[in-house]
Amino acid sequence: MPAEITLRDHTYIIASGSTLRHALEKIGVNPDTVLPTRDGELLTDDELVRDGDHIRLIAVISGGSR
Amino acid sequence: MKCRKCGARAVLNMRQHRLSLCREHFLEWLPQQTQRFIEKYRMFTHEERILVAVSGGKDSLGLWDVLQRLGYQADGLYIDLGIEQGSGYSSVSRQMASAFADAHQLTLHIVDVPATLGASIPTAAQLTRRGVHKPCSVCGLTKRHIMNRVARDLGYAVLATGHNLDDEVAVLFGNTLSWATGYLARQAPVLDAEAGFVRKVKPFCRLYERESAAYTLLRGIDYVYEECPHAEGATSIYYKDVLNRMEAERPGIKLSFYLSFLQARAGGFLQPATGAVRPEMQPCPNCGQPTTSGGTCSFCRTWDAVRSRLTAPADGTDPNQPG
Repeated sequence: MPAEITLRDHTYIIASGSTLRHALEKIGVNPDTVLPTRDGELLTDDELVRDGDHIRLIAVISGGSR
Repeated sequence: MKCRKCGARAVLNMRQHRLSLCREHFLEWLPQQTQRFIEKYRMFTHEERILVAVSGGKDSLGLWDVLQRLGYQADGLYIDLGIEQGSGYSSVSRQMASAFADAHQLTLHIVDVPATLGASIPTAAQLTRRGVHKPCSVCGLTKRHIMNRVARDLGYAVLATGHNLDDEVAVLFGNTLSWATGYLARQAPVLDAEAGFVRKVKPFCRLYERESAAYTLLRGIDYVYEECPHAEGATSIYYKDVLNRMEAERPGIKLSFYLSFLQARAGGFLQPATGAVRPEMQPCPNCGQPTTSGGTCSFCRTWDAVRSRLTAPADGTDPNQPG
């Protein structure tokens, strides 16, 4: 069963078994710009993506007039 | 990955520090780092009253939380910009700031821009040359004016903002590309009080945006997750993206860029040329805030223009002249 990674309105379907960092690079997301969570818990990017995972990415970059 | 301090499961790996920490130790580490920067750059003391500029976002709410955990006398200032496109950005962020203040029994001052100045930031931007293509310019001008005025009027010793390392490095990068030496000379963790300006400090200036976001999340603080609708396409976000691509290849490059800049600055790299005359600050005859313009300050000029265009009839006749 594949895993899902969600960033804002986009959901990416990915194969399980790779590290999160590798999975993020594969979908074109810079790991330095997001915080990955699973079941509300923060994950480090060496974690393996497991079958059926729902991983939510929290974007951390903001900008504007600040 | 394990926490370097206790061996429990790590929640954040900070490659630039070669440090991974569990939730408990990260929530200890970040305030300790902030305290270290407050002392290193002599930002403020426990005896001084601090006004924290709170936007409802992760950085400013995280900073307010850290300062109160460290025992500082920190009140908040929220500026309602009247930005309601999309998901009601200002309403949501105001609610986040108020909820945090209520939950921690902290004082939050609120300035409502449309009610106080007569127009929202998007409306003002539409009505001025300064802002028609870049509302962030009018927004920044307005926020800086209000923050300084409130801090001064209410007797705060210092104004603290939640600028993080990524914010600082993006500004530094942009100003370096154009060699904007005037702006570079004024970029620092602390801007001392002078001629009507209160001291401004950035206690998070050495913390990565990712660290600040992780702190706010792990503390369970609700913050406005949506970006300001006008920030889309902002140059600062483009610079952050470029810098983060470099960071991915070379962890620590952002921090090193910033710290080496501060070192060069302290070493006199941006000293004015011999004989250079610094523009003199004088109080604006309208609002009393300091300005180098020699007359009315740019805030008053901008908002006077906005109000005159708001009241001007659509046929272009001058409403102040008899018909």
